Amino acid sequence: MTDYEPVIGLEIHVQLATATKMFCGCALSFGEEPNTRTCPVCLGLPGALPLPNERAIHFGLMIGLAVGSELAPRSIFHRKNYFYPDLPKGYQISQYDEPLCRGGRLGDVRIHRVHLEDDAAKLVHAGSSGRIHGSDSSVVDFNRGGTPLAEIVTEPDVRSAAQAREWLTLLRTTLRSLGVSDVNMEEGSLRCDANISIRPVGTSALGTKTELKNMNSFRFIERGITAEIARQEGLLHAGEQVTQETLHFDPRTEQITSLRSKEEAHDYRYFPEPDLVPVAITAEMLQAAHNAMPELPAAREARLEGLGIASGNARQLAWRTELGDYFEAALACSDDGVDPQPLANWVCNELVARVGEDDPARSKVSPEAMAKLVALVGDKAVTVSNAKVVLDRLVADGGDPATIVEAEGLGAMGGGDDALEPVVDAALAANADAADKIRAGNMKAIGAIIGHVMRETKGRADGGEVTRIVREKLGI
Amino acid sequence: MSATDPTAMTAAAAVAAIENGDLSAGELFDAYRDAAAADELNAYLWVADGPPESPSQGTPLSGVPVAVKDLFCTEGVPSQAGSKILEGYCPPYTASVVARLHEAGSPLLGKTNQDEFAMGSSNENSAFGPVLNPWDRTRVPGGSSGGSAASVAAGSAPWALGTDTGGSIRQPAALCGIVGLKPTYGAVSRYGMIAFASSLDQAGPLTRDITDAALLFKHMVGHDDRDSTSVGFPGSVEMPTAQRLDGLRLGVPEELSGEGIAIDAGVLEAFNKTLKLAEELGATVQTCRLPHAPHALSAYYVLAPAEASSNLARYDGVRYGARSEHADGLVEMYTNTRSENFGPEVKRRIMLGTYSLSSGYYDAYYGRAQRVRTKIAEDFHTVFENFDFVVTPTSPTVAFELGSKTADPLSMYLNDYCTVPMSLAGIPAISMPCGLSENLPVGFQLAGPAFSENAILDAAFALEQAIGFDGSPAMGALAA
Repeated sequence: MTDYEPVIGLEIHVQLATATKMFCGCALSFGEEPNTRTCPVCLGLPGALPLPNERAIHFGLMIGLAVGSELAPRSIFHRKNYFYPDLPKGYQISQYDEPLCRGGRLGDVRIHRVHLEDDAAKLVHAGSSGRIHGSDSSVVDFNRGGTPLAEIVTEPDVRSAAQAREWLTLLRTTLRSLGVSDVNMEEGSLRCDANISIRPVGTSALGTKTELKNMNSFRFIERGITAEIARQEGLLHAGEQVTQETLHFDPRTEQITSLRSKEEAHDYRYFPEPDLVPVAITAEMLQAAHNAMPELPAAREARLEGLGIASGNARQLAWRTELGDYFEAALACSDDGVDPQPLANWVCNELVARVGEDDPARSKVSPEAMAKLVALVGDKAVTVSNAKVVLDRLVADGGDPATIVEAEGLGAMGGGDDALEPVVDAALAANADAADKIRAGNMKAIGAIIGHVMRETKGRADGGEVTRIVREKLGI
Repeated sequence: MSATDPTAMTAAAAVAAIENGDLSAGELFDAYRDAAAADELNAYLWVADGPPESPSQGTPLSGVPVAVKDLFCTEGVPSQAGSKILEGYCPPYTASVVARLHEAGSPLLGKTNQDEFAMGSSNENSAFGPVLNPWDRTRVPGGSSGGSAASVAAGSAPWALGTDTGGSIRQPAALCGIVGLKPTYGAVSRYGMIAFASSLDQAGPLTRDITDAALLFKHMVGHDDRDSTSVGFPGSVEMPTAQRLDGLRLGVPEELSGEGIAIDAGVLEAFNKTLKLAEELGATVQTCRLPHAPHALSAYYVLAPAEASSNLARYDGVRYGARSEHADGLVEMYTNTRSENFGPEVKRRIMLGTYSLSSGYYDAYYGRAQRVRTKIAEDFHTVFENFDFVVTPTSPTVAFELGSKTADPLSMYLNDYCTVPMSLAGIPAISMPCGLSENLPVGFQLAGPAFSENAILDAAFALEQAIGFDGSPAMGALAA
């Protein structure tokens, strides 16, 4: 049977975190009473005219800079014409052949273009299904109508559902660090469509593509793409053809249904929006966008790797902006010249295990405390296992690690500490079998001795130090 | 207090009379309100009850009211663009230019009849019936600003606002024997004007004489933050004073003076007489060439309907205006609402525009028409290197009989043959009465480079004195 390779391109709609809508002065809506954030412009009343939101253009330029796009010196808005009740003007103001940004790359995926447009209003369907089919009536809430959107279109560079999900994570982090969007999929500020086709491995011609619309979580995107790839493979293996159509993936039933066929596709009759003069991108606008650019995840990842941090940790810290920020704050509290890798380990593994997806900066563990705890471990002043106990205390109550170690008697024994020798002596005496085996060369048996010492010292002993004393006592 | 009818004076004279204390603003308003309410030409679709409460004392326009074409949005007042689909629609806001005039002391007198969505040259496309020409009630007043032109000509408004997309101020001004100015595109805000073709629509004054045109225009211009295509007016609009045309070079384009189109002999005669007068005033008159002008009408009837097909998509029955009661489901509601409530000319242009923007046809129609538009603008640019103004008859004919062209859209479109090129180029042009033919007024069009309105008004003022056109035959005809 032929093996197939998926070819996937993504279209991402990002709601921009401007104060006001794309073409009018209405404030963006966050769950207000329906139709309270509207004006003649975003309601499409007769005679009203759009005005482009400068902040949205600024954000669009920042996105373009982040992905290395070519930024148009002159950009044009077009009208995309179609009828739908959520579209009050009968057209969407979007961009067509002169988008704000062309080309670029983010991670392993090339960017085709980035353009600006206004969002549609929200249809609410009365009736049990909540969908338009089978509803008794529908009402429109225009609060969302006119919200600024950046549409980011990739080249068909994605080869698997997992890659799509991973890349979208990078995109989301990038957009979040730019501060241009809330990038919250559940609230619809990030929406994704996927164009999917498959082709026999080793061939270069593209197969017939389908478009999977409006997936609203990374998990659903991965599952939706997986399901669509499987559906297309099934068709081709059965000797059938893939037909070009627009599809909907229902995450509850895992069913893919057709929204419209190629024949039913809209002719959008794009033409230049005569109500808006072309946007001229001035040197000042470009400079302002440059000045507003933060360090982006890809650059941060490279910089962290340059510090000697393992690539897995570097990516985790770079792609979770708040984690990276926390790590860097803790690193700033550490002694100069300290190896940052142990700190990266503690933040990425132990701290994340305790605070989960929350921002560690909002936990009770201050970056100073984190840095101090890792330094105590480095100095062998506390064992790794007891340091984890201290971290538990810090997460629960906050405070200073040295004080906790002192108060709870968790300080490490050994390293010139005479108190450890008698404990080791007692352990050897109590585990004569193990001592014999060690003498005979079976070093695995030392586990029993160390275990005994740890029990006696409540974990304060340093494992390495115990081993050293055992070797010395047994003369091996 | 003067015993004469206050509606007999020009708007500028009325402003002066109020300033001098010879006339009160309230008295003037009442006189016009009564005249508008008694209008028998179907020029008005709505008339104000009384003047607004805000005092007009000390304002530049002293309370002299203005009649406003129906398609300007006026808060709480029907603004229907002459269409059944907006019947009874009262917007929640007022168009910028109407608000500006209100602040300058010119309150709203009434809303005037027009061709539906400004699509027409005879006012016969209004959903609310045709307007009659005050010179001869069996004839059309021109369009689309027919109600505005007729009300000013008939003396039921001191002056009026119209809009011009391809000639909709100039042609009715010509047919009604008054002055109509289409400003440079961008000089006047379009915010609140119900759109026909956004890249061409421009508001302008319809007045009894050149002085009134300058005075009203002066208070219309200015940048508006709410209109991205608004550029404002460089400097200020000056009141015209010129008595002579010494040194001015008038170009008569061959393409618009009889070569490419049949112009009535009487119209040509009045036009040529005016050229003689211009020479007597010191101007030189020579022919010039606008090589692409013969293609202007074709380009216009691709571009304007294309924009209209999109601008009129919002009339879908969902949010405001008419909604069909006979529909099962969304698509049928859209279809029936628009089928039942748009008139035939509007439907024709929506069809034309939808077609020319369709995938596969865009380049051949819309793209090509845009290139023609650019060529026409370049033609004017070249002409203005050697000429100060381009002059043509405004309309190839005088006012024609009601119903005589309704069956033949193409012959109707030819009315705009001489006015459309300036619209495509975005340049200002004025139409002023220059004589009579068959006892009906003939319009003389004078166009100049972008933002040359002051020069145009000055030259037109000098010509006006020399022509000595007397609007009283119309008034006499009305009285008879």
